[in-house]
Amino acid sequence: MSDRAGAPGRPAGAHPLQDIRRIFAIWIALSIVGDLIFWFVAGPHVPPGDMTSSASGAQFDFNVLFMVALPVILGVWTYMGYAVLMWRASRPGVPDPVGGPRARSNLKVQLWWIVLTTITVLGMFIFGTVELIVPAGAGGAEGPNPIWTPTSKTILPVQVIAQQWKFTYRYPTFGGMETNTLVIPDNTTIAFHVTSLDVIHSFWAYQLGVKIDANPGVDDIGYTTTNQLGRFSVRCNELCGIWHGAMWDFGKVVTKSQFMRWGEATERAHADNTKYLPPFAWTYVPTANTTTGVTVANTSGQAPFSKVQKYGATTSAKKTLKNVVTATSTITTGGSTG
Amino acid sequence: MTLDVAPPSQVGSAGGVRPPGGAAMRRPSWLGQHMGTGIVLAVGGYALGHYLGNVIASGYTYVGTAAENDVAIVLALVLAVVGWLLGVGALNYPLAKLAGREPAARPDADHWTKYFRFSVEHKTVGLQYLIAVLVFLFTGGLLAMSIRTELLSPTNHIIGPGTYISIVGEHGTIMMMMASSLVVGPLGNWLVPLMIGARRMAFPRVEAFSFWLFSAGYFVILTALPLGGFPTGWTGYAPLQTQADVGMDSYLVGFSVIGLGMILAGFNLLVTIINYRAPGMTWGRLPVFVWSILATSALLTLATPTLAVACVFGILDRTVGTSFYVAAHGGSSYLWENLFWFFGHPEVYIMALPGFGIVGEMLPVFTRKPLFAYRVAAAGMIGVALLSFFVWQHHLFQSGINPDMRPLFMLTTELISIPTGFIYLVGLGTLYKAKIRFEVPMLFALAMYFNFLIGGVTGVFLSDVPVDVTVHGSFFVLAHFHYTIMGGLVFAFFGGVYYWTPKITGKSLNKTLAKAHFWAMFVFFNLTFFPMFLIGLLGQPRRVFEYAQGLQTLNDFSSVSAFCLGASFIIFVVNFVWSIFIAPQEAPANPWGSLGLEWQTATPVPRHNFDRIPVVMADPYHYSEPDPPPVADLAPTSFAEMAAAGADGGGASRGGDR
Repeated sequence: MSDRAGAPGRPAGAHPLQDIRRIFAIWIALSIVGDLIFWFVAGPHVPPGDMTSSASGAQFDFNVLFMVALPVILGVWTYMGYAVLMWRASRPGVPDPVGGPRARSNLKVQLWWIVLTTITVLGMFIFGTVELIVPAGAGGAEGPNPIWTPTSKTILPVQVIAQQWKFTYRYPTFGGMETNTLVIPDNTTIAFHVTSLDVIHSFWAYQLGVKIDANPGVDDIGYTTTNQLGRFSVRCNELCGIWHGAMWDFGKVVTKSQFMRWGEATERAHADNTKYLPPFAWTYVPTANTTTGVTVANTSGQAPFSKVQKYGATTSAKKTLKNVVTATSTITTGGSTG
Repeated sequence: MTLDVAPPSQVGSAGGVRPPGGAAMRRPSWLGQHMGTGIVLAVGGYALGHYLGNVIASGYTYVGTAAENDVAIVLALVLAVVGWLLGVGALNYPLAKLAGREPAARPDADHWTKYFRFSVEHKTVGLQYLIAVLVFLFTGGLLAMSIRTELLSPTNHIIGPGTYISIVGEHGTIMMMMASSLVVGPLGNWLVPLMIGARRMAFPRVEAFSFWLFSAGYFVILTALPLGGFPTGWTGYAPLQTQADVGMDSYLVGFSVIGLGMILAGFNLLVTIINYRAPGMTWGRLPVFVWSILATSALLTLATPTLAVACVFGILDRTVGTSFYVAAHGGSSYLWENLFWFFGHPEVYIMALPGFGIVGEMLPVFTRKPLFAYRVAAAGMIGVALLSFFVWQHHLFQSGINPDMRPLFMLTTELISIPTGFIYLVGLGTLYKAKIRFEVPMLFALAMYFNFLIGGVTGVFLSDVPVDVTVHGSFFVLAHFHYTIMGGLVFAFFGGVYYWTPKITGKSLNKTLAKAHFWAMFVFFNLTFFPMFLIGLLGQPRRVFEYAQGLQTLNDFSSVSAFCLGASFIIFVVNFVWSIFIAPQEAPANPWGSLGLEWQTATPVPRHNFDRIPVVMADPYHYSEPDPPPVADLAPTSFAEMAAAGADGGGASRGGDR
């Protein structure tokens, strides 16, 4: 875009636009080479990879933006490099510049510049919006009431509870059990319900392409669909106090059958602990009458299981689901100070 | 158009002429009110406030998690600031007026001690600001060095997580405070009256007051370190803020104080530019630097009150138990985020626009061409300033607030690249078929275009919500805004310092050292911050003291480059001290052959700038014209006369003779 800038030159033997033509030629060549190299060499390795739909979406979007950005940068650099080499006062034979109104403005150049930048910007906006809405939020935070939701029939809800300085994960599908590691099944749409017990954190599952802020008292939802097995790292992405840097762990994507076996086994193993936890809820609040930092389920806003409660097509999952519903129906609402 | 014909003697202290043999001349220079008395009263105020706070709130467990309580610290800091202002004499005039007395006229002796006093003269205030922002910059820079030291190793800790997080917060806060006044303070106050042909600022006492608030803010924010630091970084997110120890109070009081200073400084410049232009200084002739200061000061005036209010809410939450930011009691953690970024995004442009103005001012001089598309440049700055109020929620893309509005904020954010692109149109158009002289200020101007391009383009990645899911809050963001603020504003600022120092001090800076400074700064700046884009993309969040083993090489590379970048500023300090104080060399009157009005007064600039108010007859960009119209009815007016008056010839005569 930059190559068109500048006032029309004076006839100096050569074509008046000789410099612009040269810059344009260099720019086109560099851009094509740069873009091709980027797309085919670097592109497939651009983070966050392709472990989930949102990760590969982010990778694709990054690459597309880079393909647009690189020529912009190269255009300005080519122009500036050309100017520095060819139009410096120390170079012999550089003519004195033209002054006056011709050097002050050039309506055509200015209009072209505005039109081209506007088209580029609007194009990127439309692309970004489509890429945000079609993949149901692209792994980002969608707040408590998402309007862009996945079409999948079976969505696994996983609650991510952030607190200083640790993430824990609750599975409403498995009796509201709480674990230290995040295990999710392959080829499944996951609904992450992220909340915090104290300050603002941010749940960043790097290879999953998911980043959702954890706000106290807020059920912040984001979606992704897994399509690869493997491990991923989880880091807190919002400064949350002195151990913010140490607030990380690893999770893994396993096959569906492994996941069901793991879920049922863990639910049984954790049963004794689970009954001492606050009943499962989308958010939790500190109890009003104690200073010990105990939290209780905050049920004043919305009841659990009102939404994405579809996962668990297998019989065993249905059974556990029923158990959880029973458990939560007997919630004692101690100190729910919504 | 307002003509400033009022006799300047009505301003604050003395008239333009030094009272001959007056008592003030015989009085020892250390007497009277100055920084020393300010420090004494500030310390007294701190002690008094601390005592009062403990009397009021001792035993009140809510406010104190440690031996200190928040009420005592907040009162101590506020009274220290009041004591500082009383001590330097910033409140003499209003207090005397309140008491119904005529304020005593204090002779404003032309003595070096005036730089440590409450001076209402815009050039003195400008120089005070210059030294102060450099102190801010180097303090913040030293803190950055320790951050990079800690990040040399992924797991071994050199300074430990607690100190580390305090230093990260201090670095960010000091640098933000510094950067929002970096150009407006020194160059804005010093140059704007000269550039618009005025004898003074519209509100000289307000101008001086804003400086003494700014300097008070420095000490207030530094008190955070002995008080245990604050864990929130410069963004101060609640409820971590509400939970933090007393170091947080320094942040909140410090930002309120600096914020008040920013509002006053911006308001003053806004009124000055609108009302104090010399006859003939139409909007179409206003130097582009003044346009940038106009846009910036509008932002300072309109955006900063939000910050001040947000900080007061935070102070109330911490001291008297309100719950603006406490979700469990009806408040919201989103409130701080919204208020902060509603200020914070215009703040980003407060830190970018003056840089555009400086390079816009320098390019014509060193290319010997008129500024290309002058109107587009002014429109671009105003456009950026307007749009900057409509983008703040892009900082909250992943926060879950207003998720359905994300496309709108993506649009507004990306739209800002259109007026920002105007600045590039102006720069590239001015370079077209130019005759570029690579003087040091020009090198900085070109570097600004180089760096800001990377900063601006990566901003588009951040504004794209799906990509932002990965890069939000990572080192990618960190690299992005260091490229815009340091690569843009700080480079432009140093260009401006090299450009205007001959005018401001009458001394020449050493060219060889200046070039060494430039190349070291430019190379190591890029080597420091470019790897951070990769570090962020590879998954390192901001403000962590531990990171993945695999990222150590990149982090170490960045750290070592950062140490070299820090060392490059030593060259500047050595050059500055050597060339101005130790072995001063008289500068030519107009070393760059500039047509700007500010170069057409005598050097050193007389007390009231112009013997009479000039009448402006043309804009200052008529380079490369055989017979440029005189900019004002001041001598000298032509290139030939300028060269004769001491310009080093070079481009000046070449530009004029063709």
